[in-house]
Amino acid sequence: MILTVASGKGGTGKTTVAVNMALSLENVQLLDCDVEEPNSHILLQPKISETESVYTKVPAVSEEMCDYCGKCSRFCAYNALFVAPKTVMVFPELCHSCGGCTLVCPKNAITEKERQIGAIKKGEAKGVEIVYGELNVGEAMAVPLIRAVKNQMKNNKNVVIDAPPGTACSLVASVHKTDYCILVAEPTPFGLHDLKITVQVLKDLGVPMGVVINRAGLGDRKVYEYCQKENIPLLLEIPFSKKIAELYSRGIPFVAEMPEWKEKFMEVWDNIER
Amino acid sequence: MMVKEITVLSGKGGTGKTSVTASLAVLTKNAVLTDCDVDAPDLHLLLKPEVLEKQEFKASRVAVIDEEECVQCGKCEEHCRFGAIEKLVVDPVLCEGCGVCEYICPVAAIELEKRVSGYAFISKTKYGPMSHALLNPGEENSGKLVTLVRKNARKVAEKENCELIINDGPPGIGCPVIASVGGINVGLIVMEPTLSGIHDMERALGLLNHFKVPALVCVNKYDLNEENTSRIVQFCGSNGVEVVGKIPFDPIVTESMVAGKPIAKYSPESRVSKAIAELWKQTLKHL
Repeated sequence: MILTVASGKGGTGKTTVAVNMALSLENVQLLDCDVEEPNSHILLQPKISETESVYTKVPAVSEEMCDYCGKCSRFCAYNALFVAPKTVMVFPELCHSCGGCTLVCPKNAITEKERQIGAIKKGEAKGVEIVYGELNVGEAMAVPLIRAVKNQMKNNKNVVIDAPPGTACSLVASVHKTDYCILVAEPTPFGLHDLKITVQVLKDLGVPMGVVINRAGLGDRKVYEYCQKENIPLLLEIPFSKKIAELYSRGIPFVAEMPEWKEKFMEVWDNIER
Repeated sequence: MMVKEITVLSGKGGTGKTSVTASLAVLTKNAVLTDCDVDAPDLHLLLKPEVLEKQEFKASRVAVIDEEECVQCGKCEEHCRFGAIEKLVVDPVLCEGCGVCEYICPVAAIELEKRVSGYAFISKTKYGPMSHALLNPGEENSGKLVTLVRKNARKVAEKENCELIINDGPPGIGCPVIASVGGINVGLIVMEPTLSGIHDMERALGLLNHFKVPALVCVNKYDLNEENTSRIVQFCGSNGVEVVGKIPFDPIVTESMVAGKPIAKYSPESRVSKAIAELWKQTLKHL
């Protein structure tokens, strides 16, 4: 099974749930798709065995062959090319690598070159295989790197994906083609508001979902009422506890110190599989 | 008059950006507030804006195949780099609107249609004018919508003679964050004293540095791990970054959120509100 852990709102406990879930399962691979701010490796402390650079394709214009007709710049939907009377400027960070400019250039003056946007790292810790991506600082587009992380997925493993916050394209790329999505929500007004938006994305994508409530006991009951009304199963409650918060602050997954929770995570997994 | 601009950001999500921003709104007169977290905005839940203007945001296009014209040659599918066409059906979620399929189709059976990707709002609140937006679920182009929110804020600031724009930023360091920090006067990083928080703060600092934006740091819930907090203070000190404030952990913040009010309004005398007032005083010295 491929399980994604998502949330909409940031800091609700996605990484906590993903890592503790992975540590409770056998034969498991954890893919951290929060390539802007990956954190699961901080909790797992894996031994990194491999680092691979990730590239996207961007246009390279041959000034010798170019006659400055401007067709590429008119075609580009992302304003990544600008043609002046005697020069062409490329803005690589705006490029989506669609390849359109190379197709429309009548002089075949455009080829594609590779540009590094980040790296993926692979490692292992406590029986969990982990792959995570790290977007270069200053780089805007996370989606190609998220796809590179997901390309490392192994079919014979139980896969847990740690998704980025938000409800935009990065979330869609992370949750695309997964079997089930756990939404980690905080029982607060912010938590509820962002949960509702995320539920809408998952409904549009047709991904089945359930909710884990983190920091239960804080806030109010509205998230519970919403889940009941929308028929979204409540999979687990993790109480608000200073001990869990303190363990997290030191980078320790709480199942390591509170092993009784392993069974609860296993049960959640088994229930979803059924 | 030069309008100054500050963005509250964090790298890691859920560190308290919005709670802090809402209280800054209470403490400031004559500022425009924005919510630059356009795909999961929460600031309106505390500031309760009354919408004055609503604007359609049409930034992206989506390919539409005319089945009657289509000769099923499969060229579109072959050239699409986003895997958005499968068995001659367009998946609008994956389509990035580049137009390659439209260009390559030999029988002109594909057209790109503009789609509404979200809405931008100009509103008024008890604490001043507000510019905000809502991206449609699952959409891209959040960076462009952030740019629109900031442009609207600037217009309002000029019209209403406001001196300051306070932006509530999105989490992460990617496209919408870059759009939230370009050309601002100060970036205020709100972080928690956890190992993840420290890791993410370093990346957020790197981003501000990359765009040559002066950075300030505020440690939220600092007493959850005082050892980490002193590490942060030390780290910032040796990197020339000022720690402008430390906010204690207090469940009263969640209480005020449930009440739908900024903490500085809900309980001005609380330790948390006092700490925010102090950090704002320090921050204003940099504006």
